[in-house]
Amino acid sequence: MFSYYLRLAWISILRHWGLSLLMICAIGLGIGATMTTVTVNYLMSANPIPHKSEQLYYVQLDSWDVNDPFDDGLNPPDQLTYTDSTNLMKAAKAFRQNVQAQAYGVIEPADKDLLPISVTARANSADFFVMFDVPFIFGSAWSAQSDLSKEQVIVLSKKINDQVFGGENSVGKTIKFDNNLFKVMGVIDDWQPKPRFYDITTGAFNESEDVFVPFSLIAEEKVRRSGNTNCWKPSGDGMAAFLAGECVWTQFWVELKSEQEKQDYMTFLNAYVQEQKQYGRFQRPMDNRLSNVMQWLENQEVVADDARMMMAMSFMFLTVCLLNTIGLLLAKFLGKASEIGLRQALGASKSTLFFQYILESACIGFAGGLLGLGLSFLGLKGIESLYGEYMQGLATLDIPMMVLAIVLALICTVIAGLYPTWRACNISPAQQLKSQ
Amino acid sequence: MQETGLIIRALMRNKIGALLIALQIALTMTIIVNAIFMIQDRQTQMQRSSGIDEENTFYLTNTIFGQDYNIQAALQTDLDTLRKTPGIVDAIQINAIPLSGGGWSSGVQTEMGEDKDGVGTAIYMVDDHAINAMGLELIAGKNFAVTDIQWRQSGQSTWPDKVIVTKALALSLFPDDWHSALGKTIYISQNQRIEIIGIIKQLQAPWNGWDGVERSMLVPFQMESKGSRLFIRTEPGQRDTLMPLIEKRLAESDKGRIIRRMRTMEETRERSYQRHNATNKILTTVVITLTVITSFGIVGLAIFSINRRTKQIGTRRALGATRGQIMRYFMIENLLISAVGIFIGCIGAVALNMWLVKTFQLTPINVELILFGIVALFTVGQLAVLYPARKASMISPATATRTV
Repeated sequence: MFSYYLRLAWISILRHWGLSLLMICAIGLGIGATMTTVTVNYLMSANPIPHKSEQLYYVQLDSWDVNDPFDDGLNPPDQLTYTDSTNLMKAAKAFRQNVQAQAYGVIEPADKDLLPISVTARANSADFFVMFDVPFIFGSAWSAQSDLSKEQVIVLSKKINDQVFGGENSVGKTIKFDNNLFKVMGVIDDWQPKPRFYDITTGAFNESEDVFVPFSLIAEEKVRRSGNTNCWKPSGDGMAAFLAGECVWTQFWVELKSEQEKQDYMTFLNAYVQEQKQYGRFQRPMDNRLSNVMQWLENQEVVADDARMMMAMSFMFLTVCLLNTIGLLLAKFLGKASEIGLRQALGASKSTLFFQYILESACIGFAGGLLGLGLSFLGLKGIESLYGEYMQGLATLDIPMMVLAIVLALICTVIAGLYPTWRACNISPAQQLKSQ
Repeated sequence: MQETGLIIRALMRNKIGALLIALQIALTMTIIVNAIFMIQDRQTQMQRSSGIDEENTFYLTNTIFGQDYNIQAALQTDLDTLRKTPGIVDAIQINAIPLSGGGWSSGVQTEMGEDKDGVGTAIYMVDDHAINAMGLELIAGKNFAVTDIQWRQSGQSTWPDKVIVTKALALSLFPDDWHSALGKTIYISQNQRIEIIGIIKQLQAPWNGWDGVERSMLVPFQMESKGSRLFIRTEPGQRDTLMPLIEKRLAESDKGRIIRRMRTMEETRERSYQRHNATNKILTTVVITLTVITSFGIVGLAIFSINRRTKQIGTRRALGATRGQIMRYFMIENLLISAVGIFIGCIGAVALNMWLVKTFQLTPINVELILFGIVALFTVGQLAVLYPARKASMISPATATRTV
């Protein structure tokens, strides 16, 4: 019976090919637009580290100016001062902790034929790699001891290892970074969390760094830092004064295994701030925060306003397309009034008629869904080329999204088909037959 | 116009069909009006001038890695070479580039003290050639003298005592009269005195989305730093030929550094507004597609209703109705449906705008746009129904005499 209804649907779609095509196009466009924007939103709000996002917490402390609060007092500063992050690091009260900042430098390959390379760097402490599950091809992270003794060690990205060492195992070799020789401890595989949650302040969708070096080398002036620096109080001249000043430029993450550990850590933070108040710091009311990965991404509004606005628009767009479809289906089904009357007179029950016409709607929906899938593929390509680097890697359709496109199209058209079908099935056969 | 009542009664017999069209028109209007509004909003932002001679300027990043490098001497050599090159108007070292997205800012205030309010301003560290090199317009006071320029060590916290500010910054500091800012002492880092010696007409900050984008300040500093930018202005039309030559010359003259990220100001503007541009293109596509879909919907339903009424139309023609009258019937029908849709659409457009204002801090919509939306949608409706109405008017009176 099912295949018979399918054949009937096919015949009917072909007979009114103009109307059918119009409906398929409308649904295709609606689904295409919606899926394009939904995909961008979905990828922007993706969980970059699903298995651990509940255990990693970003630390915020309100060290800001008592007269002029940060963010009008709504949020504490988005980074920590050097003083605070090194103090928290020393206290080591969490299961794991890691301090980091953005840095840069120049690598001079030993091979004189190769040109010097300007690289982006992350200055971080040892636990960065294990906390964020960074995959290694060769070697491993440096040890916490290396951080303390300020050893010149480095972890390279695959890209830099390919450029400087031709892709071979370079562990144990030395590399010249900013005029100092660094010992290679490990080489990581391609690693690009999206969003790049570990440092939102310098761009949530930026590429991950070329090299990783110990954070403790910043104070030694062997690593040049960059990234956002926010100060509310002038600091004195020179590096030492800057480090001791009230500028926020470091990020601090902790790994906590349970709710209990989280509460304990919060208690510790509060006690720490209380203690610092004695030195005349932290004059604002206590506002310490621990945000897990997804909370932090939400707090930092990683999903761009543009993307959310577009998604709202595209859903309205889809609604217009569906209204269009309802109108056209109504026209089509009512146009078949005499045929319906005849079939009812010949004994077709309302439920079979209902099933048949819903099936016809679903067929149109399926075709529209396929068209929509194609269009959203084009749409994403378009978005990628329009937005450039900013959307790199954010515009790809994965299997769940493709399934969603088809399912959405089917559901929408079946819903759109309900009223026209109901009207069609309520046609009185007698009247139709009379006018024949 | 007596037929209007007739049309309304006929419409009431197929309420749902008409209502569907009206709703479509309403939603289309809601979206289109707001989309066009957002496009215009971005367009005005993109058209703001940066104050710089953008057509003839470019810049590059100079990263020093060599050991025992004499930064001061090298910078002087670079600037001398550049300034002497034929075709180059002027060149400077600068810490940040307008529109580029990355730069320095600081608060300045008119009264000394930690608890006094200040205004944020972008800081450009330059020498006495800046006004010429960037193509700025000095509208009051004077330029820096060579003797005003100081060397700045990295991490230095003190400031020179003279600055040049933009008119917008002068107005924020002295709201009564920007001109009065000249010669005044203001404070940076809460308590360091600086004197305003000149006012320039315009120079935008590096951040195009900042509400203080017009507030900038020139500070007479040359930076003794391992990473800096050189900003170069050429004679009109010479930029593209000079760029590769200069890159090569600078790179070859000194092996202790890397010259990279050479970029024109025009490219910087393009990159700076890339997202604005992209969003505008997408919104434009939405507006066009939506209009097309709605008009096809109107055409489809009109054709359907005409097909169903073929016999009636034939009868009317046989009873003496002219072609024009038949056409008018369908045009008026569409006008009525459109009117309902547009009425709902006006409410929808304002409501959507209110939501956008609340959620995304957009500005409220203006009445002109709503009026434009009303006219546009009536026109689209009439144009869409034109073809079906003409088709209806072609129905021969003889149809009435035939059965089905």
